[in-house]
Amino acid sequence: MKKELLTALLASALMSPLAIADAVKQGKEIAWSRKKGNCLTCHMMDGGQQTGNSGPPLMSMKARYPDKAALREQIWDPTKRNPLTNMPPFGRNKILTEAEIDQVVEYLYSL
Amino acid sequence: MKIIIRGTLATLGLGIALGVSAGPVEDQAAFQKYYESRFPNTPTADFANGVYSILPEAREQWESIEEFPPYEIAIENGEKLYHSKFANGKSLADCFGPEGAVRGQYPLWDKDRGMVVTMERAVNECREANGEKPYGWKKGKIADVTAYMSYNSRGQEVKVDIPSNDPRALAAYEDGKEHFYTKRGQLNFACADCHMLTAGNLYRADTTSPAFGHATSWPVFRSKWQSMGTLHRRFAGCHNNIRANPYKAQGAEYSNLEYFVTYMSNGLDFNGPAARK
Repeated sequence: MKKELLTALLASALMSPLAIADAVKQGKEIAWSRKKGNCLTCHMMDGGQQTGNSGPPLMSMKARYPDKAALREQIWDPTKRNPLTNMPPFGRNKILTEAEIDQVVEYLYSL
Repeated sequence: MKIIIRGTLATLGLGIALGVSAGPVEDQAAFQKYYESRFPNTPTADFANGVYSILPEAREQWESIEEFPPYEIAIENGEKLYHSKFANGKSLADCFGPEGAVRGQYPLWDKDRGMVVTMERAVNECREANGEKPYGWKKGKIADVTAYMSYNSRGQEVKVDIPSNDPRALAAYEDGKEHFYTKRGQLNFACADCHMLTAGNLYRADTTSPAFGHATSWPVFRSKWQSMGTLHRRFAGCHNNIRANPYKAQGAEYSNLEYFVTYMSNGLDFNGPAARK
């Protein structure tokens, strides 16, 4: 896990602006897809319609998570911080791939 | 792929948080009080109406649906099935009386066999005892017959009994309770996550219903199904939603879960069949 995280961070640190824009675009598709991230079920975000309210609105993510790795960790397995959370452990339970999580993180960081 | 994951930590955490570790009687009091304080505008008896007990904006539409109920045909079909003769000349009426108004007796603890018997199981066992094939468990004739029986039982009080002189009954209850509070499936949800801790919240455009009252209104005509279904059909649907493997309808897992959930609603009235979204 640590190695994967490091790789992901290195990858994002080395990403060109164009690559980041691409990751943001793909991350949005994953986040909005009902079969993938399905974030809108619980989170108000990015002008999405008919969003749920069980999770907090996703905005100002850079300010809320100055440490990008902490944001990634929260998506990978939110039960570490709060065992009772309703948020699915997207990495631990392999709901998303590691690469997909990276893209979602880039997207969220753009909000 | 579907994964079963047990969140024992979460179960314990919730148990302690709600002070529900003492026994069924204390569990039930704490459970009902939780919903009554979460939804102070809902009269206790009204929890039998599911999500509409806490959602005034959807209630009017639901009430107009109930004026020309989509389950009416099921009741009529059920009445015919209930009174139609088996090959041996008997009928379900020989097991459950002229109107089948027995909803208030189920789910019951069968001491001889050491298991929970739901009303659906009792219907099929009556058929089998008379040399007939059992109905399927989730929809169709079983839903029609139990719709008729539930309709004739409206107003009967939910009073599930957990006999204190049979430790197996308590074990079945505890099994259902653990099921309710345990996270499972790839999406890692417990029943309690949506229907207790965040009951009334929005998931997309849908409000999750309180678990208090969940077991009173079955079978149900569900708009999403466009047909009638039993409680165990709904349990399986929920498990599919959270990407968990559903258990077999009327197996020990769902029967014990029904035992727990229905016991939690003791004191409400049975009001099935009903229309739900």
